[in-house]
Amino acid sequence: MATETTTHTAGTPAATHAAAHPAVHDEHAVLHHHFDDMQQQRECTSLGMWLFLATEVMMFGGLFFAYSLYRWRFLPAFMVGSGHLDITLGTINTFVLLFSSLTMAIAVHAAVEGKKQTLVVFLGITWLLGATFLGIKAVEWSHDYHLGLIPALNWTYYETNPVEDSLLKAGIGPQQVLMYFVVYFSMTGLHAIHMIVGLLVVGYFMWLGHRGHFMRGNDQPVEILGLYWHLVDIIWIFLFPLLYLIAGFHPFAKGGH
Amino acid sequence: MARDHAAVDRLTHEHVEDVGSHGEHHVVPLLVYYKVFAALMVLLILTLAAAAVELGPFNIVIAMTIAVAKAVLVVLYFMHVRWSSQLVKFFAGATFFWLMILFSLTMADYFSRQWPAVPQL
Repeated sequence: MATETTTHTAGTPAATHAAAHPAVHDEHAVLHHHFDDMQQQRECTSLGMWLFLATEVMMFGGLFFAYSLYRWRFLPAFMVGSGHLDITLGTINTFVLLFSSLTMAIAVHAAVEGKKQTLVVFLGITWLLGATFLGIKAVEWSHDYHLGLIPALNWTYYETNPVEDSLLKAGIGPQQVLMYFVVYFSMTGLHAIHMIVGLLVVGYFMWLGHRGHFMRGNDQPVEILGLYWHLVDIIWIFLFPLLYLIAGFHPFAKGGH
Repeated sequence: MARDHAAVDRLTHEHVEDVGSHGEHHVVPLLVYYKVFAALMVLLILTLAAAAVELGPFNIVIAMTIAVAKAVLVVLYFMHVRWSSQLVKFFAGATFFWLMILFSLTMADYFSRQWPAVPQL
């Protein structure tokens, strides 16, 4: 298979084409015995991953539903809760993840094109971006801890934020703000767990990729890792406006939020 | 270069520009990724801009529309669904469909909880 370009057909368009896209033309090497051809293998692998992604969407979907229900019922309290989040950090994190999706797509592209060095480098950049995301979340959560905003851990909101009578009369209670933070930490916590798993696999793939494991037609594992990474990014794409922007974006208002 | 490609395609039957129903292996040009990323950045700025305007109940509608646009771009281009087989497209769509079932049926329960058990005459 790798000898295609060294036969007497070396100068033909077909051979040049094979040389330009080595990964595609060496696929026979990675065809598993239970598949008829590479196209079927690729499609089945893709479908299997998409089915897993569907279960992930349903899992987060349950949490998104809980958010929707309580936001619908407790909107003013949710605006108060959301007001405690740092929109700047949230925006930076959104940018970081969107950029990491780009670098992951470039890494997948490199695997398909048989470019080992580019693959490892861009997996590395993706990893660094993911780690940056988690670092910023750690900063945010430690700030929440100091404010006593973590339910079941150190929730002191009731003491530090006595509710005005006018709000109580309007049906806004501090327990509703508690509900916001339960939803916030559940969703961002589950998302962070997915990020950690993603970082572990990306790191493992960097090592495998460095050893040439994804060359010679075996690019699909990287593509599948990409699918997982993009889904985790999509989940954050929805988390950001829903959790951070309930009270709107008013950077120039007094107290700036 | 594109014309050479087409000629080679006819010789080798690989890298067909049009994706058949089984999604022949397609290499996405990097430029496509850069353009999609630029669009995502614009949408991110739009997200903040829309949140700065006070529109009452429409804020969430606009915010979710923009978020869906971002997600569609990531799904179609970064996740390659645009060039995937019909079956993969169907699975991706089914995912969204099941999520909608989760939301609509569960919400229907909560929406109808205030209704009286027996119709008032």
